[in-house]
Amino acid sequence: MTSVGSLTLFAGRALRDLFRPPYEFAEITRHLFELGARSAPLLAVSGLAVGVVLSMHTRATLERFGAETMIPAGLAMALVRETGPLTAGLLLAGRIGAGIGAELGAMRVTEQIDALEASGVDSFRYLVVTRVAACIIALPLLTTILNFAGILGGYFAESLVSGMSLQLYMQRAFAMIDFPTFVPSTLKTMVFGFIIATASSWLGFNATQGTEGVGRASTQSVVLSSILLIVANVLLVQAIFVMFPSVR
Amino acid sequence: MSETTPPAVAFDHVTTVLGGLVVLDDVSFAIQPGEAVCVLGKSGTGKSVTLKTIMGLMTPDAGRVFVEGEEVTDAPRHVLGEIRQRLGFLFQNSALFDSISVGENVAFPLRRHTDCSDAEIDEIVREKLAEVGLETDYDKMPADLSGGMRKRVGLARAMALDPSILLVDEPSAGLDPITAEEIDELLRELRDERGTTLVVVTHNIPSARKIGKRLMVLDQGKIVAEGTAESLDGSELPLVRAFMKSKGSG
Repeated sequence: MTSVGSLTLFAGRALRDLFRPPYEFAEITRHLFELGARSAPLLAVSGLAVGVVLSMHTRATLERFGAETMIPAGLAMALVRETGPLTAGLLLAGRIGAGIGAELGAMRVTEQIDALEASGVDSFRYLVVTRVAACIIALPLLTTILNFAGILGGYFAESLVSGMSLQLYMQRAFAMIDFPTFVPSTLKTMVFGFIIATASSWLGFNATQGTEGVGRASTQSVVLSSILLIVANVLLVQAIFVMFPSVR
Repeated sequence: MSETTPPAVAFDHVTTVLGGLVVLDDVSFAIQPGEAVCVLGKSGTGKSVTLKTIMGLMTPDAGRVFVEGEEVTDAPRHVLGEIRQRLGFLFQNSALFDSISVGENVAFPLRRHTDCSDAEIDEIVREKLAEVGLETDYDKMPADLSGGMRKRVGLARAMALDPSILLVDEPSAGLDPITAEEIDELLRELRDERGTTLVVVTHNIPSARKIGKRLMVLDQGKIVAEGTAESLDGSELPLVRAFMKSKGSG
């Protein structure tokens, strides 16, 4: 219960400080590159693979009903609505979460966080809020990369089987992707970004017991971020259904 | 009405409890500007807690702490930030920011708290590094430095804003005797040539004798003895006498 309270307070402070200047733009930009841009290849490759697999499954199902022409649209809908955001979130919980937990944990046990404070710097704003801001910005962009790579992967798989052209595939894939389909499901990953950065920062900030504690913070960051992200996803999907009934 | 200079650092009945253990027990003392005080004591007697409490990194459970007359205890963050700019802190393991170079470590406080141009900051950083004998190591990363070099970079960073008070945690810990002597010499120069107030935590008695004009011995959260090294040599307390006879290397 103490941990839940501590994490809630930590997240509340992060949320409050996100909207309170001054902002550490240089640090946010650096994290956008380190956490965001450097994750792009992972998301692109994973997206391609997910697209190929989804295409194979979609074909196997739709073929039974003679609805092969729906494969691009079905795959794109599945990716954009749910598979893309959740896969991106979980992949980034692994990559970014572990990184933040380990980095801040190491800074805690080597007194670098104290050294920041001793330099008259608000370590929370400098280390946590900047990472949270970068993750909130990066997650929707990375999810879009994964979605697009997934659709492209689907095309590669489909073109091998049916020889469908890229133009026709894309036309069919995007035929049913409208605003309520794309925007809410992509923007919900901003919440995933907040969860990953906050949970991992909290664990890193509270790391103790030397290198063992750093390792623990890193591992727990992945576990905690993933669990919170999956639970939050249930609530977010429900909220999207309420706010955008046409998505149902 | 005459104005008197407030103490550089003052503890007023400070008590700190950590994990149910009383680390500082109703401790009071004052350190005058320009004074060099060494805080001695066995491990776990609250020496480092004393330094972190002065810096406002730890908040006592009772009592008040003052730096140059301004209360640190419960100070709002922006006030604490201003007070910290007048304090330098050399951490036991140097606590260099390991993702940036030596030069950027020393430049960090300057970039945060001054309006100096990049060229001016560069000049100050090179000057500070030269003072600790590392002028050629500007571009090295902290991971490429020896323990003694890291300590000297930590000292250069702590002195970057020319603070009036320098807090030093175990300056000779983990260093060979020659490097430890070099660090002691740098601290003595700060004391004698710049009049910097020094608060040095150590259990290295030879080092404390060289740096400290006044020594304070902490035991079980209380100051059990204080005075010059000579006066403590003749202390009636067995613990203090045993300490003063030791040749601890930190």
